[in-house]
Amino acid sequence: MSALTILLDANVNSSANYFQIGIQLLVAIGIVIVMMVASHLLGPKRSTSEKLENFASGIESHGNARAPMAIKYFLVAILFVLFDVEVIFFYPYAVNFKELGWTGFWEVLLFVAFFLVGFIYIIKKKALQWED
Amino acid sequence: MGTAQILFWSLTALALISAIMVLVSKNPVYSVLWLIVVFFAISGHYILLNAQFLAIVNLIVYAGAIMVLFLFVIMLMNLNTETEPQKSIWMKFFGVVAGGLLLSFFISFVISSADLKGKSAQLKEGEIGLIKTLGKALFNDYVIPFEIASILFLSAMVGAVVIGKKD
Repeated sequence: MSALTILLDANVNSSANYFQIGIQLLVAIGIVIVMMVASHLLGPKRSTSEKLENFASGIESHGNARAPMAIKYFLVAILFVLFDVEVIFFYPYAVNFKELGWTGFWEVLLFVAFFLVGFIYIIKKKALQWED
Repeated sequence: MGTAQILFWSLTALALISAIMVLVSKNPVYSVLWLIVVFFAISGHYILLNAQFLAIVNLIVYAGAIMVLFLFVIMLMNLNTETEPQKSIWMKFFGVVAGGLLLSFFISFVISSADLKGKSAQLKEGEIGLIKTLGKALFNDYVIPFEIASILFLSAMVGAVVIGKKD
């Protein structure tokens, strides 16, 4: 217990408090590496031509994996990134919500209004509709 | 050498090695995975500088979302071995020369900068990178850039839809 209290910094905003998260990250990566290496070394290997074939849900595999894919996925992903960044701008506002008062509220409302215009445009253009 | 120095040098080594691996990897998907390691190392640097919000945003947006976009771009391109463009040896040579010139420019810029002389970065402590300070600066002093950023997002949305949608 005493070792834990030494590690914890009294100041909440000090980056020393991220030390434990770093240790957790290292342990998680270490477990994955140990498991993969151990299963590679210890597991039995009986390679036949059927086993080494690419798995394609039971059907005969044809072509290769480098086939160009539909741009619809890319469109959804790029729209996701934009709204993801929008949400991130809310975090600094939420922390300072009380102090910024109505001025901050109108600023954020204008910010969201632009996004709403874009969202209505996306919906009207049917950009998120999967079937053509 | 304190803990901060050890962490700094190991994160720097990790970032540089993975950045080299991004360039060296033959498979573009491996390059993207190494780039994720670079972003994690840079997030570690942000935490060392006590810029915690920036570290998390770097992980969420860059390592999470932008890397997915990179993967999609790689998959959108037709990257068969026979269609892969081969650069001539002269192209590679001039690429190395141009990159080296840019690197030497940055190094001389940092060395000759009067503001950076004899200064060291604020490690572990300090209020400047915290989310509360950042929010105050963003919503009081940088309101106009903040709103312009939303217009930029709007134009990016419209551009993506115009390019990505057939009709």
